[in-house]
Amino acid sequence: MADEVILLIGSDVSVNLGIGLPTLIAERMNPESNVMIQSENGVLGVAGRPTKETLSPTLINAGKETISISKGASFFDSSLSFGMIRGGHIDYCVLGGMEVDAKRNLANWMIPGKKVTGMGGAMDLVNGARQVIIMMTHFNKHGEPKLLGQCVLPLTGKNVVDLVVTDKGIFKPNGSKFEVIKLAPGVNEKDLKLA
Amino acid sequence: MAKIYKDATDALKDFKSGMTLMSGGFGLCGIAENCIDALTLMDVKDLTVISNNIGNSGRGLVKILIQKKIKKAYCSYVGGNPDLEEQMLKNEIDVELVPQGTFSERIRAAGLGIRAFYTPTGYGTLVAEGKDEKTFDRPCILETALHADFAIIKAQKADPYGNLWFKETARNFSPLMAMAAKTTIVEVEELVELGDIKAEDVHLPGLFVQRIFQGSDYKNEIEFLKLEGEK
Repeated sequence: MADEVILLIGSDVSVNLGIGLPTLIAERMNPESNVMIQSENGVLGVAGRPTKETLSPTLINAGKETISISKGASFFDSSLSFGMIRGGHIDYCVLGGMEVDAKRNLANWMIPGKKVTGMGGAMDLVNGARQVIIMMTHFNKHGEPKLLGQCVLPLTGKNVVDLVVTDKGIFKPNGSKFEVIKLAPGVNEKDLKLA
Repeated sequence: MAKIYKDATDALKDFKSGMTLMSGGFGLCGIAENCIDALTLMDVKDLTVISNNIGNSGRGLVKILIQKKIKKAYCSYVGGNPDLEEQMLKNEIDVELVPQGTFSERIRAAGLGIRAFYTPTGYGTLVAEGKDEKTFDRPCILETALHADFAIIKAQKADPYGNLWFKETARNFSPLMAMAAKTTIVEVEELVELGDIKAEDVHLPGLFVQRIFQGSDYKNEIEFLKLEGEK
């Protein structure tokens, strides 16, 4: 999935990576592609993991994992960080998801009565980044599809998702259904229960 | 200088029950470790705490959370904080989850005299419930400033006027909180002389800082250690 997203975003762009699966992108990104990775906790220019020599407890990503930075990186406070996001200065954001629906809605911050993680920066990101890519497994752990006709869980954003990249392919919610952009090798569209 | 205090207990001496406290840090990165430890020993309760995570993994502000000193909390993310999630699901604490960009902007607004602002963040979600909506280029909701009685923040360096310099991503919410609180307490790794932080390198002017002390015994804990070449 990470490699598919890297192909989609190309080079010479800025991208914010959410926690979980999307952080793999920073580790797999080719440094030659001139992609500036932003992390909401106040850094633009995230590179891969640190070595023992460059490790610093105050150098982390939004998932609180230790990181390194690239040449040309910068640090700033949370308000400026979200100003970059909300102000439309970030080309892409890549977030994890619990549900995405054909109406371009995303749910990824709580399961009422069961689990509350909070939205973190996700609500700002989906409303601020120019392109919103959701990177998630196609089915949940109960085998149910996460691409739905209508989200059941509380929304993170309304009418915000541009593309969904799953282990089964790439899909575009167009307001009434999911268009198949690409299927992973060996995947048959009719097995996906697409809305 | 008048702003220099002996330690956390000294700087927090007039902090009382029922007050609103802002606490800097993203997860455990950049938290005011000495002040939090001092709060665990103080007889205060019914606090309103404004902090992105309210501690994490049993550490940071979780120390005062499990002492049931917090009545209300404003934060954006509670994943990785099972103690808070448990108190939330049992309705033992009133938690307002705020989208992180709105959270930081509400704090900044308080410090800079902005009473409220419209933002698209949260439109069409639970966050929008009960809030005024207005459409500009797109639908937005009205969010108000978040003030505090005290802020506890940590900086790498401060001079006696309170000019601050933060290390790497430890800056996060701290400068905003320093501006938004009536009394801002800064603990530092290095208390330096006036002029040691060059004027153009000051991250937050000392105007926003009321109390400073030289901190000690910093743990600077790493939550998730990831090293190159390791699985």
